[in-house]
Amino acid sequence: MAMNSPFQLLRSHLYYGLLAAGGLLVLMALYSVHLMESQGHVITGMNNQIVWGLPHVFAIFLIITASGVLNVSSIGSVFNKPAYKARAPLAGLLSIAMLAGGLTVLMLDLGRPDRIIVAATNINPTSVFAWNVVLYSGMFAAVAVYLWTMMEKRMAPWSKPAGFMVFVWRFLLTTGTGVIFSFLVARQAYGTAILPPMFIVMSFAWGMAVFHVVQSSIYAWNNKSLDEYVQHRMKNLMGVFVMASLYFVAVYHLTNAYFARQIEFERFILLEGDPYAMLFWLGYIVLGNVLPLLLIFHPALGKSRCVLAASLLIVAGAFALLYVFIIGGQAFPLSIFPGYEVSSTFADGAIAQYQPSLPEMLLGIGGIGIAFIITAIGIRVLDFVPQEIQKSAAAAE
Amino acid sequence: MNQVDLQRRSFLKASAGAAAIAIAPGMMLYQVANGQTAGASSKVRWGMLIDTTQCKTGCNECVTACNRENGLSGKTGPTDSQWIRKIEIKDISSGRELSLPMMCQHCEHPPCVDVCPTNASFKRADGIVLVDKHRCIGCRYCMMACPYKARSFVHEPLHDQNPDVPRGKGTVESCTLCVHRVDEGRLPACAEACPNQAILFGDLNDPDSEIARKVRSVASVQIRADLQLNPGVRYQGM
Repeated sequence: MAMNSPFQLLRSHLYYGLLAAGGLLVLMALYSVHLMESQGHVITGMNNQIVWGLPHVFAIFLIITASGVLNVSSIGSVFNKPAYKARAPLAGLLSIAMLAGGLTVLMLDLGRPDRIIVAATNINPTSVFAWNVVLYSGMFAAVAVYLWTMMEKRMAPWSKPAGFMVFVWRFLLTTGTGVIFSFLVARQAYGTAILPPMFIVMSFAWGMAVFHVVQSSIYAWNNKSLDEYVQHRMKNLMGVFVMASLYFVAVYHLTNAYFARQIEFERFILLEGDPYAMLFWLGYIVLGNVLPLLLIFHPALGKSRCVLAASLLIVAGAFALLYVFIIGGQAFPLSIFPGYEVSSTFADGAIAQYQPSLPEMLLGIGGIGIAFIITAIGIRVLDFVPQEIQKSAAAAE
Repeated sequence: MNQVDLQRRSFLKASAGAAAIAIAPGMMLYQVANGQTAGASSKVRWGMLIDTTQCKTGCNECVTACNRENGLSGKTGPTDSQWIRKIEIKDISSGRELSLPMMCQHCEHPPCVDVCPTNASFKRADGIVLVDKHRCIGCRYCMMACPYKARSFVHEPLHDQNPDVPRGKGTVESCTLCVHRVDEGRLPACAEACPNQAILFGDLNDPDSEIARKVRSVASVQIRADLQLNPGVRYQGM
């Protein structure tokens, strides 16, 4: 078997089986959208209190992580690290795939997805959602140009400026996503300027984790093993990003807990809110931080299986944190009359209830299906698999 | 040669006349259509003063009137639309209890309008905040941004709508201040229905209006005044 042409090693049957499975996920998502379109959002768990639900958890994870996977290419192009440069095309492909998945979920969850042309032609300059229409489509274009400069030899001289453009654009994109929540003036959970930087650092950690899962899968598929030095560098970097995002989350909650007006909210999110407190501590802190950090940094661990397990746990922790942040943040009653006990028929003063339903779950998973299909096809038809030979050659230069 | 010129002249005359006759009705219709939107004037600022001392616990007349006027079901499940609701509030430190109606506060600086990606949420020149049902894509960002939880999302297909009050599944809606009535010089349904005259509606900009005189003479507050959105709805007796 020729080790230098990994495509020949892709096991055809399993490949098409997996592709079909991805397609099935997308089909189920489309069927869910059809149900939501014909019967209305009443068939989801969302309501007038929890207006953004599980689809937004999936969409925001995919969009944040789409920016995060580009760490690898940024370190390669902007900071000139050859080991990362060899992986930059794969990072670019993953970024486009995840962005497509996330945006599709976001778009199909709209009350009127058929009016997407209205969103494209009526831009309100004060709306961060409208800015994001520009930021997200620009991201596709920027990454596509970047991939072109990397894969077309004649364009190679432009690879570095294109990489720099993507580097700047991904900061803007994740800032734009964080700002969606920062600009909510009246909600206790949101409306703080720490969110965009927090989202950026979280994107670093989650992006590394997803990149690692994909890279490990490709290497296992091709019976290749990752260079130990590269693995060591990448896992340490991932560990640092996990700690950095934990720091931001800690500061966010500490600041809230310091303000008397926010104490009740913190008590809800961190101690009493069901299932939010448990998801935060068990899902995010233990599964998403403590265990991965142990697996990455414990001297007896840190081998490739441990790093893969750590990456999967980081992704699970990300979902737990986003669920707590997005849904828990809306479940806590809006403070319309500070200093008063309130009650009404519209859940004023009451914890809002939310039970995710199957259709919205399928819609969210469909976004992952789209990202998977784009990645799987991309790897199959174009030269996206990291070439260690290129890496060693570049390292020797 | 002269003959040809004369023919050409009469042809041009006839053509111009025919064109004028063809365009005239359209122009007149255009003026009629334009005339209808002249209602909203920036000289007016519609608002309400709600006297909480007159609003009774257990009384739901304003809510019922709103539902009837706007074709809402009146159901209060988590996915049902509520444009106006009664809130019971109790001061935690003093124990004083009040009942009051809460609806869109028609802010001067409405966060819902700022965040709307498609300009579907908009403020009329006379201060009434509305949703253009043809432009709303149902993203619900305005519901996240509203400090008063004034907006509802239409979760189910609608039947038996009031022709004056268009609504649509998959779009966001809220109190319109009964704009269709106000434009005819009538009171909003809630203000008209209140048995205790607790809801005073009028032009805040007109110094001689009853609401402007009362706002000048009695203490009233805006809810979440700290946000400096300058709502058009004020509350007395809080």
